Order: sequence, then structure tokens, then C-alpha cells
Amino acid sequence: MDHIDMNRLKQGEINLGTSIMAVQFQGGVVIGADSRTTSGSYIANRVTDKLTYLHDRIYCCRSGSAADTQAIADFGHYYLQIQTQAMGEAPTVLTAAAVMEKMCYQNKDQLSAGIIVAGWDKKTGPSVYNIPLGGGLFRQPWAIGGSGSTYVYGYCDATYQEGWGKDETVNFVKNTLALAMSRDGSSGGTIRMCVITGDGVERKFIPGDQLPRFWEGKEVLGEVTKKPPPAISAVAGVAPMAVEV
Amino acid sequence: MAAASVYSSPGFDFSNQIRNNFLAGKGLPLPKATSTGTTIVGCIFEDGVILGADTRATEGPIVADKNCEKIHYLTESIRCCGAGTAADTEFVTNLISSNMEMHALTHGRKPRVVTAMTMLKQYLFQHQGQVGAALVLGGVDATGPNLFTIAPHGSTDKLPYVTMGSGSLAAMAVFESTWQPNMSRADALQLVKDAISAGIFNDLGSGSNVDACIITATHTEMLRNVEMPNERVQKERTYVFPKGTTAWKKEDIKKLVLTEEITPLAVEAMDTT
Repeated sequence: MDHIDMNRLKQGEINLGTSIMAVQFQGGVVIGADSRTTSGSYIANRVTDKLTYLHDRIYCCRSGSAADTQAIADFGHYYLQIQTQAMGEAPTVLTAAAVMEKMCYQNKDQLSAGIIVAGWDKKTGPSVYNIPLGGGLFRQPWAIGGSGSTYVYGYCDATYQEGWGKDETVNFVKNTLALAMSRDGSSGGTIRMCVITGDGVERKFIPGDQLPRFWEGKEVLGEVTKKPPPAISAVAGVAPMAVEV
Repeated sequence: MAAASVYSSPGFDFSNQIRNNFLAGKGLPLPKATSTGTTIVGCIFEDGVILGADTRATEGPIVADKNCEKIHYLTESIRCCGAGTAADTEFVTNLISSNMEMHALTHGRKPRVVTAMTMLKQYLFQHQGQVGAALVLGGVDATGPNLFTIAPHGSTDKLPYVTMGSGSLAAMAVFESTWQPNMSRADALQLVKDAISAGIFNDLGSGSNVDACIITATHTEMLRNVEMPNERVQKERTYVFPKGTTAWKKEDIKKLVLTEEITPLAVEAMDTT
């Protein structure tokens, strides 16, 4: 073999075939992800939490190999704890993103990880950093990632505007992810979101049967007369699972 | 060029793989590792965790062990089911069990399930999937009941009910259709037994009996072979021929036990000068 295939996963490795997103707004950032983890054609986890804690106001969205991104995030979390003790104050989002980027770049031969780092700090306020597959650090007003993101670049370009508030940004993330999940087979399940502001972190959960819906062919195919069966999460008495924060 | 570095590098030694590939190219079949087909499950209930496993170990198409144990001990209130390469699951759980005991001794308190999970995932990640252990880790600690899956590359998932191994699809179908939050001990045990049975009957890699382990804050109960749906029954007919079926001309009985007389020689005293 004379070249390296960056997208190839190791045999049998668990994959986050993913749709992830982070958007900056006036007072903070909104990050979001689908909840599907796959191993080949099998869904290994349908309620995955891909929004991973790095520090009090800094989170990351993980895409690529589950093992690689978890290891990177665990190291980032550890490093920022040490950094906080040494500096006596909360680290900036740039610091967190730079550490994550260093890991991704220096170990690029062995890793398949696409990460978005986002959060809020005292120095710069809200910020979003994209770290694509082989490393690299790019500050962006909005970033999308994972296999599902290719389907929604056009939608984001056409829709995003500067100066949005929290609710508009949350809706933008929700709609973009729903569109990506409906087109990408390796993305799906539910939407998890986090709103990170100076005041705190607010988690949001959209069950699989309450996703935003777009044109589905009613005008061509006519109204569906039979009601579809309720999704599992809609069955009475079954509450969505608790997740670690 | 790579030969020198291959033979002296730290960690796993891949020189045998080069030899095996050479031999395989010449037509020599490779030896097989034991146990890839398995059904293991875990489920959180009202006041604890229940783990379950089948008892079949395979070597390719051969059943190597009809009643092996796949629920491994980590600590008194933390247990771990193993799927994948039998040697790796056995070794990795033994290693982490030792380290958990050391951890408990140095800190003077009961170690948590997340501690075991972190040790296991870091070990498996270091070895980049070469240690073929797929685990279901469960237990009760100061934070309450905990349940995880750990894949061979070192990724983990935290869920209220989990399955792993080749029978995981059959077992997950049972969980997805009947699991409910806050189940009673009896209901959860029945669900785990049903999930393992689904693996035993519908997956070729799994079989024989059901093992279960109920862990609560105060007590751990290992239920070895709680269900034995594949016991050999009494043969309907006997195939022993009555004496005299075949005629014989002479009978000669030889004594197989030999008697030998031993005369001990004079024992010389040890030289202590």
C-alpha cells in the first residue's frame, strides 16, 4: 500500500457516523449532535451523547472513531483540569481547542477524529473551533461535521445570518441536524443540544418522534391515510434515559 | 529494513505474524483462538444490576467448552462479562481485578465502577484493538448502580440495558421489546434469562446454559447455570450388547498390576564436614 486512507477505520472499530454542529450567537454557543453510534450496519447505541464535557463552559462534538475521540476528549478534560489548577482560572476555548488540535495533528497517522470545540470564556465570549480529520484549527461562526454534514452545507450557507439570538440559533441547529439525519444513513435517532453561555450550560433533548419534518412528498403521493405506529419513546410510561453530564 | 525494529520494539511482537503469513501462503492453516461467538447482557433494575452470559466457548466450528464461565470477578460488587478472544477477556479482567484490589487498599475505600471502566478502556485503547476483549461491565458503588459496554478498541457506552457478542442482536431484540425502567428484581432476572436464551437458541456462536449475576448495594449473588435448557436426556435405547453375543475360543486374563520387591541399600549419612 503506497498511500494512507485517512477515512478507513480499523477492522471492527466502532464508528460515530455522525451529524454534529456548533453555532455562535450573541451571548453564547449552541452545539448539537445526533445520537447514533454504529458498528458496521448495526446501531451499537441509539441514544449516544456525542456532546462531551471538557470544562465548565467548554464542550466538544465528536465524530469519527468512538474509541479515538473518547481518548482525545478524556485527555483534553484531564489537561484542562491541570491547567485550571496551575493558572487559577478557567481556561479559554482557544486553549482547549489548541490542546485537542495538537493531539489530532501529532497522532494523525493513528487517529480518525473530526472534532468541533465550542464554548464561552471571559476573554473572547462565545467561540467555535473546527478541527478536521488530519488536524488544523479554524475559528468559524458556525461549524458542521461528520458524515451527515455534507448534505447540509448548502442549507447552512443559505440560512445562517449574523446577529441571531438564542432561540433562532437553537432552531437553526435543530433544523440542520434533522435535515442531515434524514439524508444520512449513519446519522439518526434523537437530537441532543447544549446552549453554553456565561451563565451556565443548558441541555436540550429532541426525541426521535418529535424531530422537525420537512417536505416528505405529500403533494405528489397524497396524504398518508394510515397513522404510523408510535415510536418507542412515545409509548406511555417510558421516559427517555438519563445521561451522564 | 524494518526487521531490526520489528524484533526489538516494545509492546506486542509481530514477528510471528510475519512467519504465520509466510506459512499460510505455503498452505499451512493458522491456529484458531478460542471463543468469538457469545451472548452477554447487562440490565439495571430497581436496586442494582444484573449481568447475564451464555456458557459456550468455540474454536472455529468446534464447541471447545460446553459450560465455561464468562462472568468474571473484578471486585465483590463489580463484575464483568467477556466476549471475543477468551484468553484476552480472561487476562484483562484478571489484571484489572488485581489493580482494583490495589486501588482499594491504597485509598482505603471501595473502588467505583467508573474506575474499572477507565482502567479497562485505557488498557484496550493502548493496544489499539489487538487485545480482542468486548466487555459488559456492571456493578454497584457509592454512586449507585452502573452499567457499561467496552469495545475492543477502547470505546465505552453507558446505557440502562446492554448486549454484546455475536448474539447481541437476538438479545437486544428482547430488551428493546420488553425492557422498562425501574424493573423489580424478579422481572429483571427473567428479562436477562430471556435475552440470553434468545442468543442461545438463535445464534450459532452461543449455546448451552444461562449464567447470571445479581449485584445490589449489600449483596452479590452469582447464579451459575440458572437455566439449563440443553441438558442431555436419557437415551431411549441402550446399545450395550449382552455377554455371549460374540463366541470366543479361549480366555486369557493377564495381571496388569506388577509387584516388585525392592531391597533398600544402606543409606549413607550426609557429608557435613
